Amino acid sequence: MTGKSLIRFENVSKRFGSFIAVDDVSLDIGEGEFFTLLGPSGCGKTTLLRMLAGLETPTEGRILIDGVDVTDVPPNRRPVNMVFQSYAVFPHLSVADNVAYGLKIDKVAKAERDERVAEALRLVKLEDFAARKPDQLSGGQRQRVALARALVKRPRVLLLDEPLSALDAKLREAMRGELAAIQDAVGVTFVMVTHDQDEALAMASRCALMNRGQLQQVAAPGDLYEYPANRFVADFIGTINMVEGTLGLDEPDQAAVTSEALDCPVWVNHGVTGAPGTPVWVGIRPEKIAMTPIDQPRPAGPEEMPAANVTQGVIVRSAYLGASTLYEVEIATGIVLKVAQANGDRDAGQGLPAGSSVWLSWAPKAPVVLLG
Amino acid sequence: MSRKPAKGPLEYARSWPLRLWVGAVLLFLYLPLASLILFSFNDSRRTIRWEGFTFDWYGRMMDDAALIDAFTNSLTIAAISTLFSVVLGAMTAIALWRFRFPAKSLFDGAVTLPIVVPEICMGVAMLVFFGQVMPWPRDLVWPLDLGAIIIAHITFSFPFVAVVVRARLTSFNREMEEAARDLGASELRALVDVLLPHIRPALVAGALLAFTLSLDDFVITFFTAGPNTVTFPVKIYSMVRFSVTPEVNAASTVLMAITVILTVIGMKLQGREIAQQGH
Repeated sequence: MTGKSLIRFENVSKRFGSFIAVDDVSLDIGEGEFFTLLGPSGCGKTTLLRMLAGLETPTEGRILIDGVDVTDVPPNRRPVNMVFQSYAVFPHLSVADNVAYGLKIDKVAKAERDERVAEALRLVKLEDFAARKPDQLSGGQRQRVALARALVKRPRVLLLDEPLSALDAKLREAMRGELAAIQDAVGVTFVMVTHDQDEALAMASRCALMNRGQLQQVAAPGDLYEYPANRFVADFIGTINMVEGTLGLDEPDQAAVTSEALDCPVWVNHGVTGAPGTPVWVGIRPEKIAMTPIDQPRPAGPEEMPAANVTQGVIVRSAYLGASTLYEVEIATGIVLKVAQANGDRDAGQGLPAGSSVWLSWAPKAPVVLLG
Repeated sequence: MSRKPAKGPLEYARSWPLRLWVGAVLLFLYLPLASLILFSFNDSRRTIRWEGFTFDWYGRMMDDAALIDAFTNSLTIAAISTLFSVVLGAMTAIALWRFRFPAKSLFDGAVTLPIVVPEICMGVAMLVFFGQVMPWPRDLVWPLDLGAIIIAHITFSFPFVAVVVRARLTSFNREMEEAARDLGASELRALVDVLLPHIRPALVAGALLAFTLSLDDFVITFFTAGPNTVTFPVKIYSMVRFSVTPEVNAASTVLMAITVILTVIGMKLQGREIAQQGH
């Protein structure tokens, strides 16, 4: 986190009966961040967001906004506003009246109110729709109303609950960029909940990954992908080949892992904290495995351990994904490794046919080694 | 060659037994009503033979002070009991929908009890209650002397309002209320600004239901009415006891017309509001 902390969760837990929705979460979110809460459904991310909004009260712990304890402050007196998953645009009010609603409650004078409503509608490009009723709007437009309605109150924090999940794919893509642009324009801290990792990684300055009510890792999107803190994170974000192994050699700048699932050792050029013999998991992302036809010379292994990081297998299946092709390659031990190859030119789409024998190899810095 | 197209499985209107059935239903349902209306315009004291068209019976009805009094009583009772029924019914529905409390299911059942309890039992119960348990003073000024009837009408009307409102509440998106709270509304304000507009069609429908139920009610009213607090249906009944005159027909026709008009207005209003809200 850079900049000063705006939101702080201190050992926050939330139980519904015997179900623990949020389990001892401590988290700082900085001023001006685009922070995403990511995780599978039921992981507690929405509950965490709702506690920040004041729609749920923590069973334990404290929540501070700008240094003020808001744990027991009702939602209408918090400096946060929310864009709801269903948008919750009031059907009986026009677009302008929807946006003006919060200002009316705050007793903002009419002249200023009109001006701020117009400004908010301009921001979300709905200035021509002010007089419309919500049932005359598309889903994307309704969402903009919800966004304008929340931003017009000039909150310290804007909360977004799965804002893009109800939109179709093209619109979702466009809204991603637009949300980021809007945040740039208004400079408000955004906290967004999503179950879509592409969304979380593409939009966030930082991302918290949750599972079963607990924070798994809080990091920048790139770090979450390349330096997962544990197996759950590695598995959840993107695709990864995971094999169980035993730590062999372990020095500060190099380590080797042997695995029954692989017919070659895995050599990495960074240390792993663990005594030799420690069980570990090794993960290699599909795009970090190089694949060459078997009739070409065997790729060279690392200098320190030439036998490591090279194996061979047979392509059993391939899926053409446009930008890349994903191959499933069965190796001698019987396990299947996923290998992605970028389709750098248009001929590459043909790829290698199923049944081809290939060399698989990876660089010493490609694998990630996780304890336990 | 032209052939009659084969009959589709849902084309009931082309099946003779069903046409007969529908015809019979219409006959027994609407013929009595139609003849009631028809003979209210009959220029004859006896109701059996058609002698010519006249408005005389309606004129005679307007001149009958006792009948007009009864009509005024009925409208007053209906208006007041509707007001209370709507407020009470809506509050009951919201409480049952929104909150959890001990013995909730018991309360839930108790609310709908007046709908299922036989009217005659309600009537007798009211008679005993207002006669002996808590006697309603007989010599109050109008409209306070109608109090017992009004209370009785509220007891059987408000459950209908509660049922209608509760059905409407199931389609309410709780995030609407949360959005209002999030935008600064207090709990009460969110209720008024967001929940009330949503249930308004149900409030209108419930009000019309309560109004017509009250206006039409005979059995329970009969047991709670005193000699000075006669309602329109009770008055018609006492007229019939002497003989069925065209004046009775005219009075019944007026009652029926009011009920039908109110129902049509209610349905129109409801349809429009629901269409506007998109669900």
